[in-house]
Amino acid sequence: MAIEPEAKRRAHQWREEVYSAQPERDALFETISGQPIEPLYDAESLAGWDADRELGLPGEYPYTRGVYPSMYRGGLWTMRQFAGFGTAEETNERFRYLLDHGQTGLSTAFDMPTLMGLDSSDGRSLGEVGVEGVAVDTLDDMIDLFAGIPLDKVTTSMTINAPAAILLAFYVCAAEEQRIPPEALGGTIQTDILKEYIAQKEWCFPIEPAMRLVTDMIEWCTEHMPRWHPISISGYHIREAGSTAQQELAFTLKDGFTYVEEAVARGLDVDDFAPRLSFFFNAHIDFFEEIAKYRAARRIWAREMSETYGAKRPESLRMRFHTQTAGVSLTAQQPLLNIVRTAIEALAGVLGGTQSLHTNSYDEALALPTEEAVRIALRTQQVIAHETGVTNTIDPLGGSYFVESLTDDMERAAYEYFARIDELGGMVEAIKRGFPQREIADASFRYQQEVDSRRRVVVGVNEYKLEDEERLELHRPDPAVERKQGDRLQRTRGARDSAAVEAALANLKAAAATEGENLMPHFLDAARARASEGEMIAALQEVFGRYTEQPVF
Amino acid sequence: MESSRKIRVVVAKPGLDGHDRGAKIIARALRDAGMEVIYTGLHQTPEQIAATVIQEDADAVGLSILSGAHMTLVPKVVQLLREQGVEDVVVTVGGTIPADDAPELKKLGIAEVFTPGSSTDEIVDFIRDAIEERRTLAAQAS
Repeated sequence: MAIEPEAKRRAHQWREEVYSAQPERDALFETISGQPIEPLYDAESLAGWDADRELGLPGEYPYTRGVYPSMYRGGLWTMRQFAGFGTAEETNERFRYLLDHGQTGLSTAFDMPTLMGLDSSDGRSLGEVGVEGVAVDTLDDMIDLFAGIPLDKVTTSMTINAPAAILLAFYVCAAEEQRIPPEALGGTIQTDILKEYIAQKEWCFPIEPAMRLVTDMIEWCTEHMPRWHPISISGYHIREAGSTAQQELAFTLKDGFTYVEEAVARGLDVDDFAPRLSFFFNAHIDFFEEIAKYRAARRIWAREMSETYGAKRPESLRMRFHTQTAGVSLTAQQPLLNIVRTAIEALAGVLGGTQSLHTNSYDEALALPTEEAVRIALRTQQVIAHETGVTNTIDPLGGSYFVESLTDDMERAAYEYFARIDELGGMVEAIKRGFPQREIADASFRYQQEVDSRRRVVVGVNEYKLEDEERLELHRPDPAVERKQGDRLQRTRGARDSAAVEAALANLKAAAATEGENLMPHFLDAARARASEGEMIAALQEVFGRYTEQPVF
Repeated sequence: MESSRKIRVVVAKPGLDGHDRGAKIIARALRDAGMEVIYTGLHQTPEQIAATVIQEDADAVGLSILSGAHMTLVPKVVQLLREQGVEDVVVTVGGTIPADDAPELKKLGIAEVFTPGSSTDEIVDFIRDAIEERRTLAAQAS
């Protein structure tokens, strides 16, 4: 951007004579990621900045301003609230409640046993069945989960990673029961196993076989499910574990590049699978930092996919993402304030151009949301969409001295991390050496120190506290769920052909031990035979082994 | 006379819960405060945790649990410690614990429940004070 020498001189003078004579509050003028922020951004902040190169136009390379030409003028983001608890029937009810109240896509939360590849009947599942999400053991649960919901009309996201291929098989077979073929199904399955080793910590196998499963899913979905996203490359969990915004951006993108490399190594054409890769970011409380992060993410992805991975189709270059407001920003103290935090975070996601959004409920620092709380969360999105006017124009903050500077800073920081990870031999090697894990542990400790020392204010927690907090009516896990789910599983096990299950599991094991064999068809066979998730995972663990973390703190 | 033996604390993650941000911060803060810290890592069964506490001759164990399974897993750990004759270990719990559950946990013998928003200083001080108190009582009794 060109700057008049006289204007530059005046700005310097203002800084040196006018601003520096002003007292500053005793506060931290840094983002929560620790980036110092200037009192003022101006044309000089963007010296050398070229709008044409850095921004482009909406829906055009490098997509900084948004992935579609009309963005929210053409269509609002999908309002997609994460939900799940108890048995399939109870979650089905919550799904229908949310759809009735104007939600436009489904998002499924599974319970810890399901996430960890364990059946509800496993000893390690005690106390955890249906608590953090819905219990799904077999195809029968998946069928009931989506009962009365036309899977060709609604898109569904499923948050599941190590056992993702199995849950995808359940979903495809459940749709089969509704007479819907896989190619008609739209939605997303999270699948992103690298971020599990880094942050979310839900694993079943060592890294290499886990990566093979990811590539199997990408390969199979490329051929059979053109409307489906076989992976949601995620930064949300990395951020929740305590990373900075820069780390969230860098580690997520690097994970993404790693999956691209694996798929290309498998022999897939990047332009065949890249259009169906999707992403998932956090919307944390430091407003402008988040907006800059999303814009930088789009620009970096587009550039790398084009220049490094040789993708040609525009669809391969545009990064589409889901956003969730930051769970870690929610407080147990004065929880109604979380409605405010969530609204601001959601707004950042919207101003950042997200395709899909989940807003947290105010009671989620302590429990799964009540119906009322999740309704308010959904309404928050609706207020933003219909009342605030922010959707009237595309990328409203484009050209802002501050936001464009931050976007550039964010991009620079990401490339620094890419270089460090490359020096370590790539992301898989970096994970094995504990690099991203240590970065996250350090960042989270630094942040905690800031809060403990009250350098950083968290309203209601270390400042502006209330002596007598009001007691909230919280959602309580139903203690009968464990037994109910146990009965369901028993019924399925009783009704199925055990010989067929054994044969399917044997085939699955044999395929797992065979290099170059895609496991998806075997998962589908096993799913139809009513093999349980736990049985399939246990069979695979006999071939793949397990994973034990070397924790760093 | 106070024992000058370093305080030994086990920081444990019971059950399937993978949220380890808080546990790791506490582990580090305790270590920075001069204590010997044994972090169990994730996905520990109550049996594994009890065994670690005994093996490591720990003064305290901090159970970190954010999966909602605390009313099943915490009592199990306490029961196992009791059964194996370990009465004097300070047991604290932290995580996503609704306020309504704290009284019941305390009745079981949990020394303190640290909910979201607790500062690390608060936790470190509590553990140190609780152990020093027990050591003083033990010294007086002998």
